[in-house]
Amino acid sequence: MKFRTIGYYFKQAFKSMRRNFWMSVAAVSTVAIAAFLVGIFALLVTNVNFMATKLESDIEVVAFVEVDVPRSEVLQLEEQIRSLPGIASVTLVPKEQGLEQMYARYGRDRDLLGALGGDNPLPDYFVVKAREPDRVGRIAGQLAQIPQIYKVDYGQQEVERLFQVLGWVRWAGSALILLLVGAAVFLIATTVRLTVFARRRELQIMKLVGASDWFIRWPFFLEGFFLGAFGAALACLALYFGYFSLLDQVTTNISFLALVTDRAAVYEILWKLLAGGAAVGALGSIISMRRFLKV
Amino acid sequence: MIQFVNVSKIYNNKVVALRDINIKIEKGEFVFLIGSSGAGKSTFVRLIFKEEEPSRGQILIANRSINRLKKKDVSILRRNIGVVFQDYSLLNDRSVYDNVAFALEVMEYPGKIIRQRVPEVLEMVGLAGKADCLPTQLSGGEQQRAAIARAIVNGPQILLADEPTGNLDPDTAWGIMEILNDINRRGTTVIMATHAVDIVNKMRKRLIALERGEVVRDEERGVYKDEV
Repeated sequence: MKFRTIGYYFKQAFKSMRRNFWMSVAAVSTVAIAAFLVGIFALLVTNVNFMATKLESDIEVVAFVEVDVPRSEVLQLEEQIRSLPGIASVTLVPKEQGLEQMYARYGRDRDLLGALGGDNPLPDYFVVKAREPDRVGRIAGQLAQIPQIYKVDYGQQEVERLFQVLGWVRWAGSALILLLVGAAVFLIATTVRLTVFARRRELQIMKLVGASDWFIRWPFFLEGFFLGAFGAALACLALYFGYFSLLDQVTTNISFLALVTDRAAVYEILWKLLAGGAAVGALGSIISMRRFLKV
Repeated sequence: MIQFVNVSKIYNNKVVALRDINIKIEKGEFVFLIGSSGAGKSTFVRLIFKEEEPSRGQILIANRSINRLKKKDVSILRRNIGVVFQDYSLLNDRSVYDNVAFALEVMEYPGKIIRQRVPEVLEMVGLAGKADCLPTQLSGGEQQRAAIARAIVNGPQILLADEPTGNLDPDTAWGIMEILNDINRRGTTVIMATHAVDIVNKMRKRLIALERGEVVRDEERGVYKDEV
């Protein structure tokens, strides 16, 4: 392909966009809206995912040892737990430390604890962290099987509820995306079809004088590509400014809400949107050309 | 050069356009294709540049069958065949120069050659002064000259003309015939479908007469007869 020819393709593509200006505006808007919604959804999922992961990795499994287990056996137990697969850390909190913590917590009312009369009724317990969030459940199960351990605690329900929400968001979002992408493809196909129709005489003559199929196709292909890419670019701009200003608001006002602040992660989503928009545009034009190019 | 071997063309609606045609046209010939409307002249022409496919038989060009050409080879075939129609088929949104240059652009000729070839061809068909006009600003004869210029700008081996003088008054038609004759003298095979009795009788070229899809006459230096 010659450089001159490439120039010709681009010139033709932009010319026909100018000629069908309002139709092009409609197609660009559709892609922009679709990409914007897809982007919001992608950011939402990424954030919920991020929160869930963070929550999960924060989760500690607390395993309480039977009160009457002697210290030496507790220490052996610590080794045993440490040897389980997927364990990041094991911290033994002996009953003495537990009592201290309790004293500290009760503050001025610590006299109440005098009622214990010097006995320490608290159990030793282990704080276990998993190396990966999805191992938490399994580790909790394994700990519960150890006979000297009478109770295992972790934030199971919270995590499961979050994942349930995530699954639902994903499902609804996917349906929405499919619908929007379909609409965008359809509109671009219609726009390009109008162009093809307006230029059918020219195409006929091109075929007549021996233009190759791809020579005829390229301008339309580029037209669809640019309509898609341009729409997606608009959406990306809106998402970029929208998301980061939202982030500013949230981090100053609702600081406990953990949002994705990593710019690279956000850029990746925007890049994918841009590529997706261009692909949708190209797909639309291919669809409309397939029927019309049998001159 | 061009050979029809047992070629038949039957359209979908069962209309027989051509029946069992056997014709051989040599390189450099000038051939008139005559016959009343619906005799199959246009179909004959369209089969050669593969606008239509034969229902039966083979069409050979330069001893190669064009029946099963790949898409890519069809465009290469068409680059070697210039086509002129009764309705000129010019693009009205661009100048005469651009219409002719368009053909070369489509064939991906370099700009330098385009800038050189287009004025030459326009000169040859007598449109040198009208290069910047739009087709709508030209007379019918001038438009047909522009169409011929476009058809021959890349120097094809074959020029097909489907009733090129059909819309023109006799004087203007003669101007067109002079150009076609000139092109033929330079070595291009010219096949022209026509109704024009005058032209055929005066030019005295090979004449192939079609009637209801069959060849009824094929004569060197033929003349129109009243019964056709």
